[in-house]
Formats: sequence, structure tokens, C-alpha cells
Amino acid sequence: MITEFGHFALILAFMVAVVQMVVPMIGAYKRWDGWMAVAEPAAQGQFLFTFFAFGTLMWAFATSDFSVELVVLNSHSAKPMLYKLAGTWGNHEGSMLLWVLIVTLFGAVASFGGNGLPPTLKARVLSVQAAIAVAFFIFILFTSNPFVRVAVPPFDGQDLNPLLQDPGLAFHPPFLYLGYVGLSMAFSFAVAALIEGRVDAAWGRWVRPWTLAAWVFLTIGIGLGSWWAYYELGWGGFWFWDPVENASLMPWLLAAALLHCAIVVEKREVLKSWTVLLAILAFGFSLIGTFIVRSGLLTSVHAFANDPERGIVILVILSLFTGGALMLFALRAQALEAKGVFGAVSRESALVANNILLAVGCFVVFVGTVWPVVAEMLFTRKLSVGPPFFEAAFTPFMVLLGLLLPIGSIIPWKRGKVRRSLWSLRYAAALAVALAGLAWAMQSGQSLLGPVGLLLGAWIVFGAIVDVSLRIGSWTRLSRLWRLPRADWGKAVAHAGFGVTVFAIAGLLAWQKEDIRVARLNEPFQVGPYHLLLEHVSQEPGPNYSSTVAQIAVTRDGQLITKLHPEKRIYPVAQMPTTEAAIDFRFTRDLYVVLGDAQDGGGWAIRTYIKPFANWIWGGCLLMAFGGLLSLSDRRFRVAAPGRKTGKTGAPPPVERSAV
Amino acid sequence: MMRFVRRCVLTLCLCLPATFAVAVEPDEILSDPVLENRARDISQGLRCLVCRNESIDESHAELARDLRLLVRERLVAGDSNDEVVAFVVDRYGEYVLLNPTTTGVNWLLWAAGPIMFLIAAGVGIVYVRGRDKPTQAAALSAQEQARLDEILNGET
Repeated sequence: MITEFGHFALILAFMVAVVQMVVPMIGAYKRWDGWMAVAEPAAQGQFLFTFFAFGTLMWAFATSDFSVELVVLNSHSAKPMLYKLAGTWGNHEGSMLLWVLIVTLFGAVASFGGNGLPPTLKARVLSVQAAIAVAFFIFILFTSNPFVRVAVPPFDGQDLNPLLQDPGLAFHPPFLYLGYVGLSMAFSFAVAALIEGRVDAAWGRWVRPWTLAAWVFLTIGIGLGSWWAYYELGWGGFWFWDPVENASLMPWLLAAALLHCAIVVEKREVLKSWTVLLAILAFGFSLIGTFIVRSGLLTSVHAFANDPERGIVILVILSLFTGGALMLFALRAQALEAKGVFGAVSRESALVANNILLAVGCFVVFVGTVWPVVAEMLFTRKLSVGPPFFEAAFTPFMVLLGLLLPIGSIIPWKRGKVRRSLWSLRYAAALAVALAGLAWAMQSGQSLLGPVGLLLGAWIVFGAIVDVSLRIGSWTRLSRLWRLPRADWGKAVAHAGFGVTVFAIAGLLAWQKEDIRVARLNEPFQVGPYHLLLEHVSQEPGPNYSSTVAQIAVTRDGQLITKLHPEKRIYPVAQMPTTEAAIDFRFTRDLYVVLGDAQDGGGWAIRTYIKPFANWIWGGCLLMAFGGLLSLSDRRFRVAAPGRKTGKTGAPPPVERSAV
Repeated sequence: MMRFVRRCVLTLCLCLPATFAVAVEPDEILSDPVLENRARDISQGLRCLVCRNESIDESHAELARDLRLLVRERLVAGDSNDEVVAFVVDRYGEYVLLNPTTTGVNWLLWAAGPIMFLIAAGVGIVYVRGRDKPTQAAALSAQEQARLDEILNGET
């Protein structure tokens, strides 16, 4: 019964969304306050209905209600509660419901806030947001209904893919979706502004927190996914340039570009049309990401053919929204006249360079991701585009970005001098070069990747410190540190985080050690400075799997460091094996041990890795996300932004008004 | 069942290949470390044909193991790295190359990034140059001119 209530609530939410899409838009056009005011309660009601629907689905999973088809297919009564709950979005239907839940959540939040927004803009924003929700409600209700019952309920379910039964993966999709869908707010603002025909500083200030929030969530989501891959897949890889990963990287790059150029709009009222275009593209890439993951087109043409209906519906949604918005952009962009003037050497120019590099990086990832399909369909060449391509084609743009970042972040607005900014950075540069030189001397004859990564990472991190010190003026007045706006702190912390991640990736790839061997019980072996001893291997039962667990003692210079317990698990319901690597996490390195198969001549295959600075990769991601949160908590965003200047005071130039 | 598993994996996953455990097995490793290193280099650039986006170096599949052994066999027989790769491509087609070639239309793939960068940088430079001029005051519209005249005349 509860499930039917949920189904009904979802249909109600769809109805409310239709109303919210149509009525406020007409109201804004006709300037009818009553019609515009519909948007707010509608957005909140829509969220409540969707939330209730999602809650009932979660309830079905929690209570293992095997009369619901989705639960049968994706759950099992013996599964731990966390994974029963996470199983709600561990499947196509549930994850789409989560998607639309987040769309309505953002709409509801926007309806509560935004009191300083002009009423017509707010009505239009909520209307566009509802349009996105409508499209996905249709998609869910007609092609992927999660509330379908089975006529004859089985005794037990078919279990969730064991790979997905992991805390990291339980939280990875919600964060990623919060990021993807968060960009829908930027999209709604962009489309609403195009309809209004006006983009100004106040608009930039409204868009930026949404983009920032979306970017923070995306950063965390991608970081979680990558961390999961690192410890779960059994050989410590953290990024594979897989189409589905690229699908999350592309919106991340564009969101990063967008939140930088929204600053320019806010402070200087230039780059407006580019910002609007980026907002459209960023959400477009979120939809492309959803399409790629949902349709399976890029992983295998055959997977797509298995379920063409859904893939095509998402493709239609994608082309409708992105295409429609781009058309609107083409019609309206010239109305968005820039006002500010700036020199060729200035913060504005630096941010233009930032945008070019991020957008081109995104373009490279996009081309590499779709190329196998394009080549197969147009040129009948069946080929692969793998990590070597992305590493060669994508990295140069990020290196360039890293080189420019410290200079760009301290160069003054309007007009600056390269020489003066470089002079401020002299200590940062000297320190970075010294560190890289030291690393180069110490590693003796290995590839240059490590030292170069250190050079770049240190340059960015020290550059961020210089940035803060310039803001304070003098280190003798440390009390100023506390009075620095949080946005400035956020900027420095996020940039430093980027530097840390850059360094960590290069360091890990350059300096990791690997050892593969057959280890016999109680025969010690050496990997780097560590001695490992396989003490025993035993069979142990788990809640819904059975496990082979080894115990390995790790010593260094005769001192016991830790005992590691790598596992191999078998999930009987899904008939799937997984490996659980044992990792000794340390600040400067991870020791990563994987248990392989028992060997015919006795002993076990054991792979051991020393992974230097592995944690720093995700530490850098956390710093980036934390920087974003700091910036988000800045006073400017918490205090209601000043209302937009009205036309009467003469702020918007005649060009803009005539376009309305 | 396979379809269901695949759907699961696709669903959540912004993730990754779906196989596990040991890839290169201890018994495959060549005793000559130089040859072994070359074998690892080569196998990281070859795709496992039955997996999702995995190199044979990472994959646990039987076929990947066969390919790894094949690569090592060729190396021991004295082939150069390029010869080994050419040998594998001859058998399995271009699809096994994770690093796409630059032949045929593939030049477009490789050139796309740099070309786009040049275009974007060009547009960016033109835009920034354009912003770098002192703005000329926009000419007044007839209406504004009339209003201005009105004010000026009114004051005098």
C-alpha cells in the first residue's frame, strides 16, 4: 500500500511540476503577480511529494518488500541495512528518482531563498527548473517506473551487485548527482536571464553560489568514486579515463570554468554572454553524462541496443534542453552587452585564459570519449581511445593552467603588470624549483614526471600562500588573517588543494613500487624497505559472503609496523568474487597488499605496492571542496544580495532594455 | 542476468572495470627484469577485448592472460616493442590499441585539442585586445540628443 502511495505522490509531483512550469512563466510575461507567486509553493510541494515517493521506495528496500520488482532485482534480505538503503539508488530506476528528487530539492531551496531576486526572474528560474523536472518525471513514470509490483513475490531478492556494496559507493552517487543536478540551477538562471534579456552583477552573484555548491558536490563525488576504485579494484588505480568517469569530469571542468567567469560578471560586468553559454553547456554536459551512463552507448553499442527506449528518451531531453537553450542564446546573446574595460594584462584576462584552458580540456575529454563511436559509425573503424591518449592530450592544458594559476590569482583587476606579479611570486618560484631539484637529485635517474609534478604542485601551493600574504599586506599584522573575507580564504585553499592533487598524481605515478610474487607461509620477503611475512590464511564467513583472509605482518628495520588482512570474497547470491585490498594508510605513503589465488605448488599470489602520496590525491580534492565551502560561507552570499538596480535609475543601458 | 548486472554497474558507477583480483600472475613474470619491464609497458597499452575499458595488464580475464603470455613470448623471441604491438594488432585489429594511432582520420582526434586551443586562444586574444581600448562614448540616440538639448536649452 505504501508503495502505491509513493507512486501516487510521484504522479502528483509531476502534475505540480507541470503547473509550476507553465503558470509562473506566463505570469512573468504578463506581469501578473498572482501567477508568478504560484512558483514558490509549487516548488516546495513538488519537493515534498517527490521526497515522499523516494521515502516509500527506500522503505520498500529497508523492509525488503519483495513484491516490488525493483527490490527483487536489487536487494536481498541478508544484506546489511546500509546497503539495503543505498540499494535504493543502486539501480537505474531508483537513481533516476534520486536525480529528480535533487532537481526538486534545488528548486525548493531556490524558492525559499532568493528574496532579493526580481520577482519575474525568480518566477522564470523556478519555471525552467520545473521544466527540467517535468522531463525527468515523464522519463521515470513512462519508461523507468520504480514502483512496479510483481504478480508473484519471490521469497528472496537477487542481491545488489557486490561491487556496489561498499560505503564509498553508497555515498558516491548522491554527491555526484547533487553536483550534476546543482548545475541545473545555473542552467535555469541562464535561461531565465536570456528570456529576461538581462545579465548583470546581481545575476552573477546569484549564479555563483549555486555553481560553487554544484562544483563542491561534484568534487566530493568524483573524489569518492576515485577513492573507491583505489581501494576496491585491487591494484590501486585511481582514474581510468572510462567513459562514465569522463562523464563526471566534463561537467566538473566546465563548472570550474563557470564559477571563475561568474566572478568576472559579478565584479566587472564583462564576459556575460560567455558565462551564460558556459552555464548552458555545463548542465548540457551533466545531461550528456546521464545519457552516457544510462544508455551505455559508449561502453558498448550493444548495451545501448538492449534498452534503446530509455537512451532515446534521454537523448531527446538532452537535445531539447541544450538545443533549445542554445537557440535562445543565439537569439538573445547580443542583448548581453559588456560594460567593463580592462587591460590585456589583468585579472580579467587571466580568468579568460583559465576559461579557455578548462573548456579546451573539457573538449579534449569529450572528443576522446565519443571518438570510438564516431569512428565506428562514420569511418567504420573499430578502435579504442584509452588512458594513453588522455594523458598525452589532456595533461598539457592542465599543466599550462597550473603554471598560470598563481600569476593569474594575484594579478590586479583592470590593469596589472606581469613583472610586478612575478616579482611577488619570486620566493614561491624559488622554493618550488628548489624542492623539485631536491627530488630530482634524490630519485637518481628515474623519469622527470615526479620532479616536474612537484615543481608544479609546489608552485601552485606556494602561490596560494603568496596570494593570502598579499591580501594581508604584511605578516607582522597577523590579526588581519582573521578578518580576511572567507571568499579569499576559500580561493587560496581551493587553489592549494588543486596543487596538492597535481603533485600527488605525478608523485604516485612516478614513484610507486610494485611487487608480484608467490608468498609461502612464514617465508618473509622484502618490498622496498619493508619485510612482509604471510602468517596464515583462513576462511571466514561474512554477513552475505564468504571470505578468504590472509594475515601479513609488516616490519621495517625489525620493528613491527602493522598486520594487514587482505581478503578475497565470494558473494554466493550474485556469484561474484571481489578482492578487498589491505592498505596501511600513512601520511607519505600507502602500503597496499592484495591477496591472489592459491598456487598449485603451495603458497599464495601476493601483490604488494608502495604508493607514495596516495592519500594526498584525495586530500587535495577535500581541500578543493573545503575551499569551495569556505567561499560559499562568505558573508556576501549569506547576506541577501542587494536588489537589482531598476531601469529607472539608469543602470542598465538602453541596449539591454530594448531587448526585453 | 548479465543485463541486470551490467545495468547495476552502469547505474552507480561512475566506475570502472568490473573485474578484480590479480592481473599479472607471478608465474607469468619473466626472469629478465628488462624484458619484463618492456612487457609491462606494452601490455599497459593493449586493451583486453572482453572487458570494459581495461588494459590486459589490469585484467583478470583468461584472454588477457593469454595476450600477456603472447607478448612475453614475442619479446623472448627477440621482437622489438613495436613488432610485438604490430603482431597483436595484426591478429585482433586496431581495437586492441588503447593509444589510438595517428593514421587516417585519427589525426583529427589528436589535432582536435590543439586546434580548438588555437581557435579559443585567438578568439580570447582578439576579445581581450578589444576590451583594452578606452571606450568611446556611445553616440547619443536622437531621442537622447533631443532631451539633452532640452536640458541645456532650459538651463541657459
